[in-house]
Amino acid sequence: MTAPQAFAADTWVIARRGIKHMRRQPEALSDATIQPIMFVLLFAYVFGGAISVPGGGSYKEFLMGGIFAQTIVFGCFGVAMALAHDRSNGAIDRFHSLPIARATFLSGHAMASLIRSLIPIAFMTATGLAVGWRIHSGIGDALVGYGLMIAFSFAVIWVGVMMASLVSTPEAVQGIAFIAIFPITFIASTFVPTSTLPGVLKTFAEWNPTSSLANSLRHQFGNPGGAIPHDAVFPLAHPVAYTLLWAALIVAVCAPLSVALYRRSIRT
Amino acid sequence: MKVSTTPLAIEAHGLVKLYGDKAALDGVDLDVPRGSVCALLGPNGAGKTTAVRVLTTLTEPDAGTARVAGHDIATDAVEVRRSIGLAAQDATVDGLLTGHENLTMIGELHHLGRKRAVARADELLEQFTLGDARDKLAKEYSGGMRRRLDLAATLVAKPEVLFLDEPTTGLDPRARIDLWDVLEQLVDSGATLLLTTQYLEEADRLADDIIVVDHGHVIARGDARSLKRQAGGDQLHVVCVDRADVETVVEIVGRFASGRPTVEDRAVTAPADGGVHAIARLAQALAEADIAVEDLGLRQPTLDDAFLTLTGAPAEIESEVAA
Repeated sequence: MTAPQAFAADTWVIARRGIKHMRRQPEALSDATIQPIMFVLLFAYVFGGAISVPGGGSYKEFLMGGIFAQTIVFGCFGVAMALAHDRSNGAIDRFHSLPIARATFLSGHAMASLIRSLIPIAFMTATGLAVGWRIHSGIGDALVGYGLMIAFSFAVIWVGVMMASLVSTPEAVQGIAFIAIFPITFIASTFVPTSTLPGVLKTFAEWNPTSSLANSLRHQFGNPGGAIPHDAVFPLAHPVAYTLLWAALIVAVCAPLSVALYRRSIRT
Repeated sequence: MKVSTTPLAIEAHGLVKLYGDKAALDGVDLDVPRGSVCALLGPNGAGKTTAVRVLTTLTEPDAGTARVAGHDIATDAVEVRRSIGLAAQDATVDGLLTGHENLTMIGELHHLGRKRAVARADELLEQFTLGDARDKLAKEYSGGMRRRLDLAATLVAKPEVLFLDEPTTGLDPRARIDLWDVLEQLVDSGATLLLTTQYLEEADRLADDIIVVDHGHVIARGDARSLKRQAGGDQLHVVCVDRADVETVVEIVGRFASGRPTVEDRAVTAPADGGVHAIARLAQALAEADIAVEDLGLRQPTLDDAFLTLTGAPAEIESEVAA
């Protein structure tokens, strides 16, 4: 076997392990299944009545783009938690004592997480359809929307790997979640149009990739809030391009950085 | 079994590993001949686990060199890992995989190929009497079963050198004895084994060569008998009933002893060369002097005494410091 073949084969073996873990521990998937459904129901039926969409239209339909985006950004925790568990319970030593490239441990986890990220996308689609969300655009536009979700899911996985390299316990990962990732998904166009936000928050939200992902999805699915204001700042005027730019940037920076951090963190 | 050309399976010179300003290893030399069993014996925090982590390439030393199965740990880490099996301190079996899946995965990562990995897994499960638990999740295994599975996992690729870090820690006595039997079979099959332990009994039973480590240093090595000798030879030991007799007893013991007697309360102890003859004559002399004796004996130092003498600390020491 050549080195790249061995890398691919080993990655797949470790990814299969990750998938088995998910199947046998469904409660660990709650952040990808139950939690987004709760958000849909909460905002669609409890808060939604008080929020109006500029340009009119159904808030439930506006909401779905935001929930998709939020769920995808939260996807970084799945891989961070899985890695942190493996590190804290010693499983990592077993893998590191095997004759495989060290990076396969990360790539295997990343691949399992990418497959895992399809679960909430499917769940959200079903929940959305159940509460009255519809795709009003053509099949091509819709597919671009789903492709964008998968691309961004891949990008945030590397944020997760980086988090797990910076801290080494599952509890610490949850700490970062609350401090860093939560605000990123809320100070955005996730639940409310950014035009309603005050000053600095508005600017932050407009340039926040969570917003551009949500706006892109609304645009691709022909949902309320998806109209593109051409005279606005770049992220608002070109949401799809801006989202892809972020995805590429995250991968380009976080992937090599997290591999380096990870190498350093296991050296002791 | 893959065979390398050097006569030594493990060879280390001046290994140093620092954690902050504390040296977990402070210049450790090791040589373990092929096919032998070596026990690293020491209290918690002595550096045993660190030595295993360095030798298995899990961590890099700050100084020193080592070769395992003929491969340099610094420049040839992947080859080292191809030649070794490691059972780390917390049994690192995957609780969410079945026993069979655990072993198959490791076989696949050794590039045995799916079919051979499956066959090898079944073979090992039988060998370690886990055949009935083949398709049970490992988290449902008992402690002893997990250790056996862990041990099986280290053997998947038929490694030349096995590292077992405290293989029986936390097991109940029954499971410990079972595991010893398994380890003895392994040794008979010709593998080189480096195990760490804090149990003298375990080192005594399994190892050809015991290396005592403390505070990151090798402080003694040899087989169980020579270590006992290092703690001193036989000792005459008399406990008299009446404290008033102690002085007389000291005088009598002094006649047969090879060194100065020591007194502790009503007990008098002194080193002796004469063995059984010394104790016989001592008994006669005590009887002639009409001294009431509570206990009289020729004591051999236990391995525990040796350990105590060598490390200057009791054999069992509280909790493990991170290592």
